Amino acid sequence: MTGWIVLFAYIALFTLGYFVVRLAKWLGRPNRDFTSLKTVTFGDESAIRPDRAASFISVLVIFLIWGAFTGSKWVPFHVPGPFTGDAVFSYTAQDASGARDEGTVTVRVHEVGLDADDPEVEPGDGFAKNDVDTVGAWRSTLIRATSNDEGEEVNVVAVEGQPIAPGETVKVPDGEVTMTAKGSLNFQPAKGLQMEPIWMPPPEDVLKRFKEIATEGYQNFTLWQHLGSSLMRVLAGFFLGSIVGIPLGYAMGLSGWFRGWFDPIVEFMRPVPPLALIPLVIIWFGIWETGKIVLLFLAALWVMTIAARAGVSGVNISKVHAAYSLGASKRQLLMHVILPNSLPEIFTGARVAMGVCWGTVVAAELVAAQKGAGMMIIAASKFQLTDIVLMGIILIGIIGYGIDILMRLAERFLVPWKGRV
Amino acid sequence: MDGLHIENISMRFDLPNGTSVQALKNVSMDIKTGEMVSILGPSGCGKTTLLNIVAGFLAPTEGAVKLGEKAVAGPGPERGMVFQKGALFEWMSVRKNVEFGPRMKGMPKAERDKITDHLLETVGLQDFKEKAVYELSGGMQQRVALARCLANEPDVILMDEPLGALDALTREKMQGLVLKLWKETGKTVILITHSVEEALLLGERLIVMAPRPGRIHKEYQLPFAERGVNADLREVKKSEGFQETRDEILSMIWEMEEEIMGRSEDAA
Repeated sequence: MTGWIVLFAYIALFTLGYFVVRLAKWLGRPNRDFTSLKTVTFGDESAIRPDRAASFISVLVIFLIWGAFTGSKWVPFHVPGPFTGDAVFSYTAQDASGARDEGTVTVRVHEVGLDADDPEVEPGDGFAKNDVDTVGAWRSTLIRATSNDEGEEVNVVAVEGQPIAPGETVKVPDGEVTMTAKGSLNFQPAKGLQMEPIWMPPPEDVLKRFKEIATEGYQNFTLWQHLGSSLMRVLAGFFLGSIVGIPLGYAMGLSGWFRGWFDPIVEFMRPVPPLALIPLVIIWFGIWETGKIVLLFLAALWVMTIAARAGVSGVNISKVHAAYSLGASKRQLLMHVILPNSLPEIFTGARVAMGVCWGTVVAAELVAAQKGAGMMIIAASKFQLTDIVLMGIILIGIIGYGIDILMRLAERFLVPWKGRV
Repeated sequence: MDGLHIENISMRFDLPNGTSVQALKNVSMDIKTGEMVSILGPSGCGKTTLLNIVAGFLAPTEGAVKLGEKAVAGPGPERGMVFQKGALFEWMSVRKNVEFGPRMKGMPKAERDKITDHLLETVGLQDFKEKAVYELSGGMQQRVALARCLANEPDVILMDEPLGALDALTREKMQGLVLKLWKETGKTVILITHSVEEALLLGERLIVMAPRPGRIHKEYQLPFAERGVNADLREVKKSEGFQETRDEILSMIWEMEEEIMGRSEDAA
């Protein structure tokens, strides 16, 4: 239910944002650059520029929805939360003689994590005595309404005037009541549309948890040790994969024997996801650092091999002929032509490999690790510490994005001719 | 025995479908040192194949290429190449491109710089020394390619449609430059081109090749290159005999093209 509402709210905000920004642009100073004069934009990729306002609103909307559906204090409006306070419903009991009497059940619904006293209620007249109970919001409680009633074989036959039998549910104000097979009443207070913190904590909880872990650490290691060890594994695996994969790729691009020999291996290993290798790697290399670095090595190896091979194949034959005609030896050709010419491909491969490695290291740490970003998430999930899980996911995303930005900067610096030849 | 000698070259290779192609048949020519020869012909006449054999990138099935007394067995610095495009090294500056050959030989920097400075001035790029080659226009890139080839002091320069990718105006300017460089350096040049006009303007000798199998169809001795060294190329085109020779060669090539079309229509 909540999921559909979130989806519709998201679509509504997407549409609303579009019209609001269009209106703002129409009211503001018109854009008069060359692209703005193109009449054909649908199908002309070069005329499509990302609308930065859309990017900004997109991020804002995520936080708005997150806050609104989790009762965040940062967000001024919320969807209805769970019911709290005293919920009352009546029940009708029948004894062995067939006589009927009405009693009430008063349930004090309180915030989870706080204690509450039973509400004070008069026992009432007749043989059906009034009952009281407490329950946390989003939880449910089992009430044996007839336990304090007088008389033989007293059974509940109706709730709020509506007949009820075992297995049936009756809606009452502020919640619903289901009768169990043994005749007890299970009261579930109304949940509202907000999500429970153990499913989805509000953003401020995640930030609070981040500050706490950043200063105090988590599971014997500081946050920086967790993230640093993941990063070190990625760098080690990527480095090893590159120093084996790139020469192998070059060899495959330069020698028919190498290409014939390694083609089946590379083409076979490439579609095998590194995650599928985790069990074997653990069996062979154990669950410690060696195993993880071997796994990341394998994750980076094939990507880098294929990138280097493509880099060699991509060299314009005129360049090779020109170099030989200028008197270059094979070694000189390799160093001054093949190698620099393959750099753009190598960079593309390195970006892919980094992404794969970063994803794989988190997954490998989910399986077994003492420290690491993935380990943090999996350990927290075992204690239902959803805020740590979310924090971990956000940090992993930020670091992965950061790596890619750095790689792109390095690429622009080292391969300025890319895409301009 | 000075000069470049192409001795009775034939080239035949098998195709995957079992048939074979006779790309060249009994091609012979002797080119004197310092001579500029242009080769012309319809597509598929084997002119690029011939050039690749002379450069040493391909081995003929029969015959041999000799530079002086030495048989050609592979690419070498004594035979420089200028390609249509895409042969410059984008990761090097203009200067590094030009000095590539000498640098590979291990020539000291001071000497290299002298050669590079001189050549870049000759081709009019002295102000672009440290520029990246991808920042230059197509015409400028070909100037760099010419300078790079000359920096290596080859005996023979092989040009494979060096001006083919340029616009008409730039092309005209570059034709003048090629003539000037040829006269100044006295190198032997083999020029392959699609343009009849260019072949006439630049070649002292013009060889028309015919296709299937690739062979020499006709040879001309031409006065236009010599005239062009000291005159405006547009004047050379108006000079005596130019238009007539041009028309003759054009109709010759047209006939060959039509014959090819006819033959393929018969086959179909």
